[in-house]
Amino acid sequence: MIKIKNLHKAFGANKVLTGINMHIEKGRSMVIIGGSGTGKSVLLKCILGLITPDSGTISVNGVDPNTGDRKVFLDQFGMLFQGGALFDSLPVWQNISFRLLQGKRRLSNTDAHALAVEKLRRVGLKAEVADLFPAELSGGMQKRVGLARAIAADPQIIFFDEPTAGLDPIMAGVINKLIREIVVEMGATAMTITHDMSTVREVADEVAMIHEGLVQWSGPVGDIDDSGDPYLDQFINARAEGPIEAVR
Amino acid sequence: MIQVIDGFLARIGRSTLSMFESVGRLVMFTALAVSHLFRPPFYWNAFARQLMTIGFYSLPVVGLTALFTGGALALQIYSGGSRFSAEAVVPSIVAIAMVRELGPVLGGLMVAGRVSTSIAAELGTMRVTEQIDALTTLSTNPMKYLVAPRILAATLTMPILVFIGDTIGIMGGYMVGVGRLDFNSSTYLRNTWDFLQFDDIYSGLVKAAVFGFIIALIGCYSGYHSGRGAQGVGNATKSAVVTASVLIFASNYILTEMFF
Repeated sequence: MIKIKNLHKAFGANKVLTGINMHIEKGRSMVIIGGSGTGKSVLLKCILGLITPDSGTISVNGVDPNTGDRKVFLDQFGMLFQGGALFDSLPVWQNISFRLLQGKRRLSNTDAHALAVEKLRRVGLKAEVADLFPAELSGGMQKRVGLARAIAADPQIIFFDEPTAGLDPIMAGVINKLIREIVVEMGATAMTITHDMSTVREVADEVAMIHEGLVQWSGPVGDIDDSGDPYLDQFINARAEGPIEAVR
Repeated sequence: MIQVIDGFLARIGRSTLSMFESVGRLVMFTALAVSHLFRPPFYWNAFARQLMTIGFYSLPVVGLTALFTGGALALQIYSGGSRFSAEAVVPSIVAIAMVRELGPVLGGLMVAGRVSTSIAAELGTMRVTEQIDALTTLSTNPMKYLVAPRILAATLTMPILVFIGDTIGIMGGYMVGVGRLDFNSSTYLRNTWDFLQFDDIYSGLVKAAVFGFIIALIGCYSGYHSGRGAQGVGNATKSAVVTASVLIFASNYILTEMFF
């Protein structure tokens, strides 16, 4: 379970998060929406401990990200980055099995390769892709390899940062479907950041909209069309007119 | 008038604070990087890759620089020495100058140009494309995986590179001395060997290790703190080579004073 209480974060004079409260139950899929620059990625990085918040508390299964053993804490997570963030210098199979190739209980190269091939199959890619380098892959393939890496160590919590950004609608649909299937299959807690309403409808159990550093609206995905919230209405219907200023 | 003076003083204050902030950040980064050299886990594969990238692949550039420098040095010393009939000092001065000063400094500068920029560009790109954040989320400390192996590899390989460069530089002097200036081959070699002392070689190699540390540290620091986008990575690369070169010259003077 992820609990966030009164989270604040500013970069100089720019107040990005101004009192976020949120709570995600174990095994649920939360999608966070909101305009560009509203602090969605900052929130996610605060949860991971990549950014230290100015004030407020975060608890992941009862543990604060910035205290205790970081490795044990991070071992719970898998993350799909917006641009894939695959390591250019390593072949695909080493990217996927990266976490499992480190540490005292590291897998042998043969086992790590086999596991990478299995995860590639799970995301709809052929075994041959395992020996390619990230630069040899298309954008959609890179996203799928990123997804395979995110699930390689069977994490309890998976974060997806704009999983369909830069993809054509068909590939976006494929990725959305995969995310939903994998999250259900693994029983993982998921948190997805997106602007893409097709992702929201495909992936979410719950939706939270962030605006000006606060949670503007949150609730079950089934309620978003009848929320009565003018901010959420403007966002999900992609209207230029409304309470959210188009020029920010 | 008071406003103009106020503005001027404020600018000086801001620049001074910014300079102290940068120095402080570099000192903290250095302390953290050095501490990770001694704390497990150690990434030996990453270290081995860096030994090849930083050490082995820098051999041609260091070797060629040393070869031509040794040759030019022989010509210059011969030309200068002949003014007071001291042509015979060519072998010994070429050897001493290469080993004590030119080998480490020119080798250091060439490696700074090749390696410091490459590290800054690589880490800068990794920062911009979130690969460094990805490493963290994969339970891997980027300081341990990216920074420590590079610093260790550069610190260990630079003395070897410079030793090879010194030898090639002396050979360059020998080729010009014997082939162009009509020195006797065995006399040239004997004069080289007889005048060279252990301290000359030792001081040059210590300098090389320090320069290697500086080259990798500054490359890593610049790349790790790279700004966003292509311009950010470009600035990180530029900053890496300029800072590393200036620090090589500055530390060379300090080390020379110490060994003097």
